[in-house]
Amino acid sequence: MTAKDRGTPPGEPRRVAYLYVLPALLLYAAFLLYPLLHGVWISLYHWDGLTVGTWAGLGNYVQAFGDPELRGGFGHALVLLLFYAVLPCCIAFVLVSAMARVRLRGLVFFRTALFLPQVVAMVTVAVVWRWIYSADGPVNTVLGWVGLGSLARGWLGDFTWALPSVGLVGTWVEIGLAMVLFMAGVQKIPRELYEAARIDGAGPVREFFAVTLPGLRRELAVALTLTITAALRNFDLIYMTTSGGPGTATSVPAFEVYNRAFGPTNEVGLACAIGVIIAVLIFAITSVVTRVVEGRA
Amino acid sequence: MTGARGERGLSYAILTVFTVLALFPMGAILWQAFQVGPHGIDPSTFARAWRLGHFGTYMRNSLIVAVVVVTVASVFSIMAGYALGTMRFLGERALFYVFVFGLMIPTEAVVVPLFFDLRSMGLTDTLPGLMLPQIAQSLAFGTFWMRAYFRSAPRSLVEAARMDGASSWTVLWRVLVPVGRPAILTMVVLLFMWTWNEFLLALVLVSANESLRTAPLGLSVFQGPHTTDFPLLSAAALIVALPVVVVYVLLQRHFIAGMLSGALKE
Repeated sequence: MTAKDRGTPPGEPRRVAYLYVLPALLLYAAFLLYPLLHGVWISLYHWDGLTVGTWAGLGNYVQAFGDPELRGGFGHALVLLLFYAVLPCCIAFVLVSAMARVRLRGLVFFRTALFLPQVVAMVTVAVVWRWIYSADGPVNTVLGWVGLGSLARGWLGDFTWALPSVGLVGTWVEIGLAMVLFMAGVQKIPRELYEAARIDGAGPVREFFAVTLPGLRRELAVALTLTITAALRNFDLIYMTTSGGPGTATSVPAFEVYNRAFGPTNEVGLACAIGVIIAVLIFAITSVVTRVVEGRA
Repeated sequence: MTGARGERGLSYAILTVFTVLALFPMGAILWQAFQVGPHGIDPSTFARAWRLGHFGTYMRNSLIVAVVVVTVASVFSIMAGYALGTMRFLGERALFYVFVFGLMIPTEAVVVPLFFDLRSMGLTDTLPGLMLPQIAQSLAFGTFWMRAYFRSAPRSLVEAARMDGASSWTVLWRVLVPVGRPAILTMVVLLFMWTWNEFLLALVLVSANESLRTAPLGLSVFQGPHTTDFPLLSAAALIVALPVVVVYVLLQRHFIAGMLSGALKE
């Protein structure tokens, strides 16, 4: 290596690099990139998966947003976004800023417990919550204890309450993630900033906006990115708890991809269009969040 | 002074409340599955769930899929990450972005075309057909993760080995991989978790062959005829979740660091 090369990115020019990358690239391209492109292609056809498809242009995309049932699904996804992303991040943010100024012990234990819902298989989470919301489950039991027994119901089978009920499962799963992230971030904010704010006579609210919020921007961006993605990719939970029901009360795009392609109607082209829309939404929302929250132009 | 103590107390109270909330549902089904009651603990529900739900077969399938996916994806990720992190070549950055792009591709966008692609290759309802897409997904994260490690690995190690005439292959496996064990372990546990918990791909790609069901797919099928037998369902749900939870409790630092820094990296 010559001296002139030292300021450049690490490593020296090597052809052998291609050989190292090749196996990964081949598998990745064949079983992830190609299906993605193939999905875009299929989404441009009316196709039932068996007979020859007919060209649809953007017809499936028009239908995805035009069909009241599917549009309803995007509406539900928006509601779930509140439960999966906005609610956990807001709650965790306020709670963590309340503990910003003290050094805590035993964090490993708390962190491990709070993060647990993130690693448990979603199918298991679904079974647990189906029981919690069932007619004889703990929610109704507690309502009975406090004299609100008349409100008891099968929550996941209720047209009004099924969607918020599923949403709260998302809140439960994501709130620990947000707390763990913010707790790590807040411990990195220099104590002196809080002391300076105190000396300037800042109350808790001003301190929050002047010190905590700017100090946690990066963590907030990460938390929003991860939780929004989770909200749009909640097939497992919906399939296992409500299958989109009752009626179409909890139908969401992630579920409709499966339902339209392999359900009774065999609308494979439409299913692919919905899948593509989910992917585009994830790209778009996460890049917007990263820019806005991290304050990059 | 009292203010600080009050804040400390409040902090622990908040943490305790949310820890209880996080643990309660899991604790409750543990309680149910063991039928804790006046007669003490009864583990027989687990045996019944295991037998009725064919979880012996399904857990074995999940294990086979996880071992193959994690092994293949790890080895190829290490190789690709090594090249992208330590060598300079034409198209290096473009290739890196191609892999990073994969981190954002949701399964929902590829599962339908995958079904038809794999069917035309005769790979639906086979274990390889279920493994290949999961290897591809794992490679996106693995390559991204290993590149970050190799970029941060001390150059002096590599240069010293080169002086001794070691080939790039030897430098990788004899020098860098042993030093990078913690980073590799993080990758391995995350890939294991994602593979073990995968549901949608299994549902679509191996649903016609009962003997190939994975544990999560087995649980969803098991739920059908036992919709309201919650002790039995709880036991089955715990069996499915257990392997990942055990690894998590042992190696929680790796899980949390990996899942969060994956997004925290520049």
